[in-house]
Amino acid sequence: MSTPIPSTQQHGFHPRSNARATLTAFVAIVSRDLLVMRREVIIFLLQTLIQPLFFLFVFGKVLSTIGAANVSFSIVLLPGVVALTVFLTALQGPAVDLARDLNVIREIDDRLLAPLPTVLVAIEKVLLAALRALIGGAFIFPLAYWILGSGFQVRTDMLGVLIGLMVLVALVGASVGLVLGTAAPIQLLPLIFALVLTPLIFTGCTFYPWASLGAIKWFQVVTLFNPLTYAAEGMRYAMVPPLHGQALQTLAIGWVLLALCTSFIVCLWGGLKLFHRRVVS
Amino acid sequence: MLEPQEATQAIEVEHLVKRYPRAQRTAVDDLSFSVRRGETFGLLGPNGAGKTTTIGGIDVVANPIGAKQRIAVVPQRNNLDRTLRISEILTYHAAYHGVPRAERTARAATLLEELGLSARRKEKLGWLSGGLEQRVMLARALMHEPEVLFLDEPTNNLDPQTRLFLWERIQALHKQGVTIVLTTHDMEEADRLCERIAIMDQGHILALDTPDGLKRLIPGGTMLELRLRVPEAVGALRAPEDGATDTQDERFRAMLGRLPGVTKVEQLALEGQPETLAFRLYGSSDAGTLLANATQTVIQEQGELLDLRFTQPSLEDVFIYLTGRNLRS
Repeated sequence: MSTPIPSTQQHGFHPRSNARATLTAFVAIVSRDLLVMRREVIIFLLQTLIQPLFFLFVFGKVLSTIGAANVSFSIVLLPGVVALTVFLTALQGPAVDLARDLNVIREIDDRLLAPLPTVLVAIEKVLLAALRALIGGAFIFPLAYWILGSGFQVRTDMLGVLIGLMVLVALVGASVGLVLGTAAPIQLLPLIFALVLTPLIFTGCTFYPWASLGAIKWFQVVTLFNPLTYAAEGMRYAMVPPLHGQALQTLAIGWVLLALCTSFIVCLWGGLKLFHRRVVS
Repeated sequence: MLEPQEATQAIEVEHLVKRYPRAQRTAVDDLSFSVRRGETFGLLGPNGAGKTTTIGGIDVVANPIGAKQRIAVVPQRNNLDRTLRISEILTYHAAYHGVPRAERTARAATLLEELGLSARRKEKLGWLSGGLEQRVMLARALMHEPEVLFLDEPTNNLDPQTRLFLWERIQALHKQGVTIVLTTHDMEEADRLCERIAIMDQGHILALDTPDGLKRLIPGGTMLELRLRVPEAVGALRAPEDGATDTQDERFRAMLGRLPGVTKVEQLALEGQPETLAFRLYGSSDAGTLLANATQTVIQEQGELLDLRFTQPSLEDVFIYLTGRNLRS
């Protein structure tokens, strides 16, 4: 047991260029997360899809069957559920992981000590969380088809826009999660989740189109401060088929894109700042 | 703060200061030291002295990516990746550091074997004892063959067997030329492993020298311990002329204390040996003179000398001398 560890030490150290070392480390960190994701895929899908399953079943199927809502409701509901699921799934990754990791577990240390700038560790978290959210989001479509039956109506001529918007929504969610995960001390995390998530879900135009709020003007204004509103409206723009030749009235796609891009940049920038402050103590 | 250089210094710390928000005093206050290539360097001090903070200073570097390629850290607290299996903890660490696949697999297998972890390589953490976790962290640190290894209290809270095992590993790494910086509050550990030691307290370095050099800081650094037997007959014969209250212990103690160059005499407790006495003499004169005088006194007083040895002051004595406090207080 006490034989010396075989070593290339005597051959001397050959430092790689910083750029190469960074690239290698980044790829390795991504592959570590992909491995973990592959291993946990079943748990992840169950966790992610249970909520949309019930939303779609109760709001989309049960309510319309008992006559409390009409079929057109399920058509505007589905984009909202996709937006909500993608957004929340992306948010949860960094929020929960980082809060746990930076406060207690510290398993992130090994990656912070890898030869790459520490902010890239956070950026990788955001990207992987977004990827997970997109995978979760994609599964909603077959799920909805199965639950809603004839109520499942999605226009197919804007698939490119739909995919692009889903990516953007996932990135926004993940960067909001980065802010939550780095800003919140672990003991406050449950409180912050309660205080942030519930209003976020219910003011996010998930279950109703924004235009329909015209009757409650103040609430309509409130919803504009929620990035989820733009996510849901964007999804409706890309998913709801035109009725009698007329497209559903949504927030203008230009505003949607602007709001989502702004949220992403602001949250990512702020989150990276907070992250840097947390890890370089 | 950390500047790996091609010259003989592996680490140079200059004027390191660290203040934590809302803390009463500065955790590390204007610290400067350097560590030579291949040296084993110790930061010794009580909890809260600023040792961990000092090696935490490696965060802030001129070329962090360059530095991170050359260093490895074994932290005080377990920060192992809990979602990976033990062998994967090692191989992914190596992958982060750009070790090619075949090489990292081979290296992991070797290290797991040597550190007695092979049987558990497929397990995840959570089932491991503290000592095993410590081994995994050491194995992980060695995966990218760092030039400089930081060990933060490496054997804290470990059982004696694992501690001895880790000491052997650290000594083996030293022989391979790895520069090692370790923090500890264990005197024996510092004394055994380190070529130079910085004694820290309250964010300052109080003294920095080789273990022997540090021990020479204590004035009158010679200590002579002697054990002797006083036959009861002698006691009976002598007692009256020395006064009724005077015991054998005090008589010998006084005689030894009067020897030239003796600064202090301590009586050592011996249980269950009524006729045996033990003393420790602190002397500033040279060892030979002290030995001769002490022996002569014992014989003159008709004591039987049973045992006699010189002892070195321990680093603990040095710490008490420098701070006036015990290391564990």
